[in-house]
Amino acid sequence: MEFPSELRYTQTHEWSKKTGNRVRVGITEYAQHEISDVVYVELPRLNAEAAKGKGIAVVESVKAAFDIYAPVSGKIVEINKELETHPAQVNQDPYGKGWFFEIEMKNPSEWDSLLAAESYKTQCITTH
Amino acid sequence: MHYHPLTEEDREEMLRAIGVRSFEDLLQSIPAQLRVKKLSLPEATSELELRRELESLGRENQNTKTLLSFLGAGSYEHFIPAALPQLLSRNEFYTAYTPYQPEASQGSLQTIFEYQSLITELTGMDVSNASHYDGATSLAEAGILALRHTGRRKLLIARSVHPHFRGVLQAYLEAADFTLEEFGFEKDGRFRKGEFEKLFTEDVGGVIFQTPNFLGVVEDLEGVAEKVHQAGALLILCTNPLSLGVLRAPGEWGADLAVGEGQVLGIPMNFGGPYLGFFAASRELVRKIPGRLAGMTIDQEGRRAFVLTLQAREQHIRRERASSNICTNQALCALAGCIYLTLLGKEGIREAGELNLDRANYLRKEIGSIKGFKIDSAPVFNEFVVRSEKPFSQIASRLAGEGILPGLDLSHFYPELKGAFLVCATETKTKVDLDRFVKALSRA
Amino acid sequence: MLIDSDSKLSFEKSRPGRKGTRLPKDRCLKDPLKLLPDSLRRRTPAPLPELTEPEAVRHFVNLSKKNFSIDTHFYPLGSCSMKYNPKVNEWAAGLESFSLVHPLQPEEGAQGWLRIFYELENYLKEITGMDRFTLQPAAGAQGELCGMMMVRAFHASRGEVKRKKVLVPDSSHGTNPATAALLGYEVVQIQSNKRGRVDLEDLQKCLDDKTACLMLTNPNTLGLFENDILKITEMVHKAGALLYYDGANFNALLGIARPGDMGFDIVHLNLHKTFSTPHGGGGPGSGPVGVKKKLEAFLPVPLVEKKGGKFFLKEDQPQTIGRLKSFQGQAGMILRAFVYIRTLGLSGLNQVSEDAVLNANYLKEKLKKAFPVAVDEPCMHEFVLSAQFAEAKGIHALDIGKRLLDYGFHAPTVHFPLVVPDALMIEPTETESKETLDRFCEAMLQIRREIDSNPEVIKRAPHSLPIRRPDEVLAARRPILTYRDWLRENSDSDRHYEAALQSKAEAIPH
Repeated sequence: MEFPSELRYTQTHEWSKKTGNRVRVGITEYAQHEISDVVYVELPRLNAEAAKGKGIAVVESVKAAFDIYAPVSGKIVEINKELETHPAQVNQDPYGKGWFFEIEMKNPSEWDSLLAAESYKTQCITTH
Repeated sequence: MHYHPLTEEDREEMLRAIGVRSFEDLLQSIPAQLRVKKLSLPEATSELELRRELESLGRENQNTKTLLSFLGAGSYEHFIPAALPQLLSRNEFYTAYTPYQPEASQGSLQTIFEYQSLITELTGMDVSNASHYDGATSLAEAGILALRHTGRRKLLIARSVHPHFRGVLQAYLEAADFTLEEFGFEKDGRFRKGEFEKLFTEDVGGVIFQTPNFLGVVEDLEGVAEKVHQAGALLILCTNPLSLGVLRAPGEWGADLAVGEGQVLGIPMNFGGPYLGFFAASRELVRKIPGRLAGMTIDQEGRRAFVLTLQAREQHIRRERASSNICTNQALCALAGCIYLTLLGKEGIREAGELNLDRANYLRKEIGSIKGFKIDSAPVFNEFVVRSEKPFSQIASRLAGEGILPGLDLSHFYPELKGAFLVCATETKTKVDLDRFVKALSRA
Repeated sequence: MLIDSDSKLSFEKSRPGRKGTRLPKDRCLKDPLKLLPDSLRRRTPAPLPELTEPEAVRHFVNLSKKNFSIDTHFYPLGSCSMKYNPKVNEWAAGLESFSLVHPLQPEEGAQGWLRIFYELENYLKEITGMDRFTLQPAAGAQGELCGMMMVRAFHASRGEVKRKKVLVPDSSHGTNPATAALLGYEVVQIQSNKRGRVDLEDLQKCLDDKTACLMLTNPNTLGLFENDILKITEMVHKAGALLYYDGANFNALLGIARPGDMGFDIVHLNLHKTFSTPHGGGGPGSGPVGVKKKLEAFLPVPLVEKKGGKFFLKEDQPQTIGRLKSFQGQAGMILRAFVYIRTLGLSGLNQVSEDAVLNANYLKEKLKKAFPVAVDEPCMHEFVLSAQFAEAKGIHALDIGKRLLDYGFHAPTVHFPLVVPDALMIEPTETESKETLDRFCEAMLQIRREIDSNPEVIKRAPHSLPIRRPDEVLAARRPILTYRDWLRENSDSDRHYEAALQSKAEAIPH
């Protein structure tokens, strides 16, 4: 199982990748494995407000629905439209093509409180 | 009791197997003070006696065999092919459970899929769910969807939509703190265009029309869909599915959501229920629609298979995030609709529509030529408004003596329509019936 | 995609020119269609299928034979009360003197129907210990909506607008939180204690002046009676909140205990569970709601009342929550429930819960060595087993359910309640014989043995039915919801199905 070191993580299994003031968000390999086959992703609307720690998207498997929480606060400036027709990308390439949306950060300091790869990895191992 | 197989011997053996002395030992969790002493209920009745009693109770009702009825207003007398009730009474259909185990329910699932297909073809929409409780709750669900989808808080509705539909919608909207506003109708029953345009502001998330409306009028909705969509709102049309063999369909009007009462598709009037609320939508809304959905897929052997799908929208999974709380649909009623439309077929649905147009328009013309009665000229399907100089109660009591129920007193629902009543004539009426009615009215 | 004649759609059997019925050919007017302006007419004819009557009949009869049903199989589905659907109920509902009555029939001509409504309400009041009932809600979920709307109206009428929280146990049915959320309530889950009941400490912690209501099923979804129920209702009332009773499990309590006496303010019943009306493949149901006097004013309209020996519909309820459905309610189901209660009578009704509880405890006793019971104490009408131990073999409750289909039983409720891992919720009901229960136990024990000796046969079950493990992921990713969708997919020359079949050939079954 991969935990790319250039990414940051939340306890709720979202990964974040920072480029300037923008953060791209997806769910981790661990999460997609737990959810199993993703059938649908309900993405937020463009320009919607994201609040750190609050539900912003929903991932559906056949039998369950899972909340995705915004890792940082800000505005949704991009969404991955491809997920609409290819939700399986979340399972196949969670850190690449399976990305969900991008947030323009409101409070850049929130980035610092996200988990580093090692901490997240430890959390996954201990809870499993 | 002849539904309960356990014998005294069985009970004793089972108590022994469980390891208790008496049944009471199994009820230890129940506080003594809660135990019922004796319910005040009648004793058991034999089937013979009960049937006699029910037949006698039935005789206290007037039905369409004892009366020549011209009452419509949301519940209709239509021809039901004899094959239909026989098929519905197949035990495997009506005593089946919800098809959560697809391998054990391909019969139910395929008929739901066929029902969904029939409704979409009939309404000209892209997708249909497996049904709602009735037309009114279907509309309520559509209204809420429109508001959730657009993020707005107000709906606009024609006053000529069925009063019960408006009432239920109002109750559901209030529950979620949304608002509902009405625009009225002209004297001939068509919607008031000016008033609609004035009230259609940018905080409106959805607009609702019914066609044919409660007053029987077929509405001209030319240009409405464009106007509504330009403002980023949704167009919801309530319609009579039996009329769609001849009338312009919701999809053809550009509707985003099509709902209505499916009782007309092979379901008897049954004093108000159970009925059939159909719900159809455009493709963009498929992930948002409430209720059950049957989908086609393949099984492990590559065989065609049907399953309940997109279940993660529903209450038993989303729980508090569900778009609706609906659990049961009206499966057996949807099956009735499915069988009905299959038996009628492509030609039959058109013929049925033509027959209804024929009977009602003939009747309206004849009534219009009686002194003291006035009719309008707006196009109608199988219902129309009649204005009379004499009070309706007088007409109704005179005609009751001749075994005729003339229709509905409209002032009951629309205080502004005093002296008007609603008359319905479906394909079940012959020319002889209609002429008899006209004669009786002229004497009333 | 393999399609045999049995799974062909009516659309695929259609031939132009065929008709399934014949309508009158006469017309009163020369050309009725011409009365419609062009712009109001249908543009393209609706392409409904064209079948003759014998073809349509064969089509539907053959489809019916692919179903399990109560009249053919035992359904141990927890919280569904899959009891026998009496035929005299169907006979009554089929009488033309009931079925051909218009809902707006002037009241003098609907006294038979109105009496049925009135008397059923009286029976339900007596059975549950409540003061008034509405028979309007169309199903359990709508009954819940009705109940919660009345909770809201009640608190609003007393100016208690801060009450925005609804408490539900973590073992509750999905409709409970969904209903509460629909009304804008915040849903708070109360934990269960080790004995599977509401944890009183957690309840006390969550109760405050912002609580509107506690929604409870009793017995709960584990089949256990909340022995502290009187304490619970006292606590909730003390906090100024109301108690809502979800009647899904009421089959355990007929003639034994009444929710009204326990202190519940609102009760909903499921006529299609406790009162034998048929499930119909997923409806119609009926969900009457009973209330204590203090909530009467908020009941939906219309209500059925009696004056001077005559029955009538009352619409004048100034504080009503409004109308939840067209007309009066699911009259056909109300009639069936009435006939059921009259057929059973007092002694029959008392026997319902006794036999239901006895059957459940008997099954639990015989199965608990093979499948651990969630809470091992006397249960009410249902109980929950766990199949978690089979996880090591890659088997889940779902698989056990599928294997039971091979033995000629419908699966029990699986993976619910969520508080028990790999749950199997079993409710036999009182209309099953000891012989059926014994056969069911044999099947379950055989499956237990198969878990050890032959897990593959379970993982790949069922083997004896028209289809096996349909691909639900594919169904959700590429929804085909109509015949038109299928034609569109098909025109992609089976590409997606080829791909899916390929991956199946390579995959190991779950």
